[in-house]
Amino acid sequence: MTDQTSLPRGSAPTLTRRQAYEQRLRRRSITIAAGSTLAVVLAVVLLVPLAPGWDAVKRSFFNGEVFAKTFPGLLDAFLINVAIFLWCAPIIAILGLVIALFRDVRSPALYPLRLFGAIYTDVFRGLPVILVIYLIGFGIPGLGLPRPWNSPYIWGSLALILVYAAYVAEVIRSGIDSIHHSQRAAAASLGLSDGETMRYVVLPQAIRNVAPANMNLFIALQKDVALLSFIGPVEVFRQAGVYKSLLANFTPYVGAAVIFLALTIPATRYADYLMNKQRRRQS
Amino acid sequence: MAKLDLQGVTKSFGDNPVCRGIDLTVDEGEMVCLIGASGSGKSTLLRCINLLEPIDDGRILLDGVDISEPGLNPQPIRARIGIVFQSFNLFPHMTAAENVMLAPRRVLGKSRDALEAPVKALFERFDLGQRMHHYPDQLSGGQQQRVAIIRALAMQPEIMLFDEITSALDPELVGEVLDVLRQLRTEGMTMILATHEMAFARELADKVCFLDAGRILEEGPPEILFSDPKEPRTRAFLSRVL
Repeated sequence: MTDQTSLPRGSAPTLTRRQAYEQRLRRRSITIAAGSTLAVVLAVVLLVPLAPGWDAVKRSFFNGEVFAKTFPGLLDAFLINVAIFLWCAPIIAILGLVIALFRDVRSPALYPLRLFGAIYTDVFRGLPVILVIYLIGFGIPGLGLPRPWNSPYIWGSLALILVYAAYVAEVIRSGIDSIHHSQRAAAASLGLSDGETMRYVVLPQAIRNVAPANMNLFIALQKDVALLSFIGPVEVFRQAGVYKSLLANFTPYVGAAVIFLALTIPATRYADYLMNKQRRRQS
Repeated sequence: MAKLDLQGVTKSFGDNPVCRGIDLTVDEGEMVCLIGASGSGKSTLLRCINLLEPIDDGRILLDGVDISEPGLNPQPIRARIGIVFQSFNLFPHMTAAENVMLAPRRVLGKSRDALEAPVKALFERFDLGQRMHHYPDQLSGGQQQRVAIIRALAMQPEIMLFDEITSALDPELVGEVLDVLRQLRTEGMTMILATHEMAFARELADKVCFLDAGRILEEGPPEILFSDPKEPRTRAFLSRVL
């Protein structure tokens, strides 16, 4: 947009024909968008309460009193989600990177690593997260380990780490593949070894290129931490379930949803912003 | 003894022969220009000399030592032979100075402090002192290509290879890059250029080789090759580009 279009109405004659046309188009689309949004919101607000079960739903899901009473407890429980996320995330990042590098080794002596990397990513991307959590979370403590080694926090976290590292590894590998081979040629021509080329030339660019994609994975991880509730830890989802049973009311689940969204929506927007920025830079 | 001696170098990509028996000697301090149509094998030959591509047959002797021996570790040899590419290939995540220092630090094991002064001197010698700490995307094409030349020079190579280094540049930027080559010429650098800059080859080369379909069809001093080519195909090529 040029300066001219932002001048006050009185200066309209300074617009070119094209600018005036585009301004008309823009105003029209803003009006239509506002009108249709308003219509939908009105319909929801007016029509939903007309549904026969609305009063019951309102009482059991949107009870202000229950919300106020349980929300602080939910926030406390959410700290457990945050803690699990915080110790899983760095391990996932490192393991994902290591697996990605395994899949790029060229030397025949290291072929087993390459094979392991391929099998690892295939297996853990091919299983539902909840299944891995059940198998590891119930299976390993079943070996009769002493405390604290039978903690579901440890084995649940391990399940998340194994699954998410597989996804992160694939994302990083796609980043490595995206670096043009001329970069490797330039590094090789200066006498750098394959390892040095990877470390100083390819990886720094690859990781930067896939940072937004990895961010989306970590947002998904934050949500999937709630799955650990199935094997024991009383995190926010489990806590909401406890409140539900105590108060015979579903409002705590809405409270938990609010907490998740407060974190994931800004994070998702930020990842999108990063991704758009990258796309603009590359075009 | 010649600095570099190619004997019957052949190279194919799959079923496609790109170099079909190339013999070439380059003496210390000599500047050799390879000319010829696209696809005649100029770039591939340079990449073979630098060991970026393994050759199928023939030998490449550097100071009389066969460097094309299969299984030889190519790294120390590549460090002695600099190459500059058509598309610059600077590392975009590093500043110009970091691009230049990477290989001396990691391959020659020099410290950042020890490199500071000589690298600064290199940038100033090629009139880029003000641009040292810029990233590649903040530099013009001509500046990027000069940084790429500095990056290769920082390894203090014995031979420099230039692969059509002005072909990706806007016409008004070609001059500044050719000036760098002129400067290197006066300093006595041994150079092999694949080039389409005929006027430049004529002005500075000791020897010009015309490549056609993977062979050196004709070679000689520029004043003879350009004004009195023997081969009809050389004549046809020159009449198209001159």
